[in-house]
Amino acid sequence: MSSTSTSAPDAAPDAAPAEASPLYAAYLRRIRLERHLVRVVQIAALVGFFVLWEVAPRAHWVNPLLTSYPSAMWPVFVDMLSKGELLYHTWVTVEETIVGFVFGFGGGIALAIGLWWSRFAYKVVDPFMVVANAMPKTALAPIFYIWLGDKYSIYGIAIAVGLFITTIMLYNGFNEVDPNKVKLARTFGASRSQILRKVVLPGSVPTMIAALKIMVGLSLVGVIVGEFQSSKAGLGYLIVYGSQIFAMNLAMMAITILAVISTVMYVVIFRFERRVLRHRQ
Amino acid sequence: MKPTERRNGVRDGAPKVEVRDIGLRYLAESGETEALRRINLGIEAGEFVSIVGPSGCGKSTLLSLIAGIMPPTEGNVLVDGVPVRGPNPKLAYMLQSDFLFEWRTIIENVMIGPEIQGLSLKAARERGEDLLSRYGLGDFMNHYPNQLSGGMRQRAALARTLVTGPDVLLLDEPFSALDYQTRLTLADEVGVILRREGKTVILVTHDISEAITMTDRVVVMSRRPGRIRAEHQIGFPSLGPKRPSPFHLRKAEEFPGYFDEIWNELDIHIGA
Repeated sequence: MSSTSTSAPDAAPDAAPAEASPLYAAYLRRIRLERHLVRVVQIAALVGFFVLWEVAPRAHWVNPLLTSYPSAMWPVFVDMLSKGELLYHTWVTVEETIVGFVFGFGGGIALAIGLWWSRFAYKVVDPFMVVANAMPKTALAPIFYIWLGDKYSIYGIAIAVGLFITTIMLYNGFNEVDPNKVKLARTFGASRSQILRKVVLPGSVPTMIAALKIMVGLSLVGVIVGEFQSSKAGLGYLIVYGSQIFAMNLAMMAITILAVISTVMYVVIFRFERRVLRHRQ
Repeated sequence: MKPTERRNGVRDGAPKVEVRDIGLRYLAESGETEALRRINLGIEAGEFVSIVGPSGCGKSTLLSLIAGIMPPTEGNVLVDGVPVRGPNPKLAYMLQSDFLFEWRTIIENVMIGPEIQGLSLKAARERGEDLLSRYGLGDFMNHYPNQLSGGMRQRAALARTLVTGPDVLLLDEPFSALDYQTRLTLADEVGVILRREGKTVILVTHDISEAITMTDRVVVMSRRPGRIRAEHQIGFPSLGPKRPSPFHLRKAEEFPGYFDEIWNELDIHIGA
């Protein structure tokens, strides 16, 4: 244990020296190499997956009727795309997901604020929230279909699936905001609504983004289940329809598109998170 | 006990801050706790007073009562002769750590007080920029807190505290989160700044040296329930009329005497 020999400069010291030492250069090379290697292996795994999916059914290692394969899906894809059906069904699913997501998340924030505002309300509601969260919301799909019809039931399920977990996560996030920051605002005479707007909400942004990530996935689950039930439009409908008439090319293609949608949503949120949390430690 | 020099034009004899017969009880299902008992304290305008005491004696709580962010069970606090009913813009609070909001830039952090109090944001921003420049943070106004060192962050917190133009500063162990060197330097800086601006200061600390060197009067509190056990008027006649910086006062010949006396009153039993 040596005492610090140099007095740290007052400025934030993270500027690298102008001339990198050979050791440092080698270190950087190693890191870059590893990063490239990871990327290469990931791409290889993806390509390998599709190659296997193509080869295994064609070589009759597995039954092509059960698994379909990429080159068999392709004509279906092109055909549906040219007729505009594909874009229609994809858009239906995306639109329903966005609606479910926006209202589920918005509702979750509103509920969490209400519970934060009134401790009494929280104490009353707490056990119900826990049960509502533990319930499999997809079980409500048939009921919602009867109550709300083929379109609104899908929104309903998408909202219900994410609402409670969002509320619980955000409420906990609100309470995890450093009480000293709240105290600081109070020393300036902040009202409860000022504390909410200037400390609690901005302080919970990391939690909100974590909830956002979960919410996007859950909304999609809700929408697909809703479409299974309604069987009218959307990728969920294509999957159910395709499997019922044993058109695995169709079902598998819809599932592939679903994977693409999930990826895009993940990337969007990931970018958003990086932008928003740039300055937080 | 000579009253210290008066500033801020408050009428003679009326303390700037007066704590009258304060008592505080915490109520919980598991029982009630008497945290403070019959505290009386008068602080003159421009005076620097420190409160020391064993941990858990309620010294920080007393500060919260003075700041008006919680009400006492008994007694009251007067600021300029007016009972405290809630947070008062004449008083500003500095906490153990800077608690800068990581989502705001330094200047935006400084603006939190004026925003909450509904002050003119334009004028406050000018004042804030001026304060930050004077504290050596002129080039860092648009940086985020995580880009600053601990000492810089605490200076930013000082600017945030002073930008609303308070008369009285309540410092709750404001340097305790810093490393030792930064702490000594910053205590010096802050002491000089606050004396120059003629602020009234109440400093809560567990650091006896800090209390002796930074303030004119040291109030010693007892264990729970917190009571005032003793008060010491601090003076350094051997160093002449002009008070040197806190750092130099540690070497004054009067220093060890004060230190031992207060240490004994704190009733700390080592190895007990």
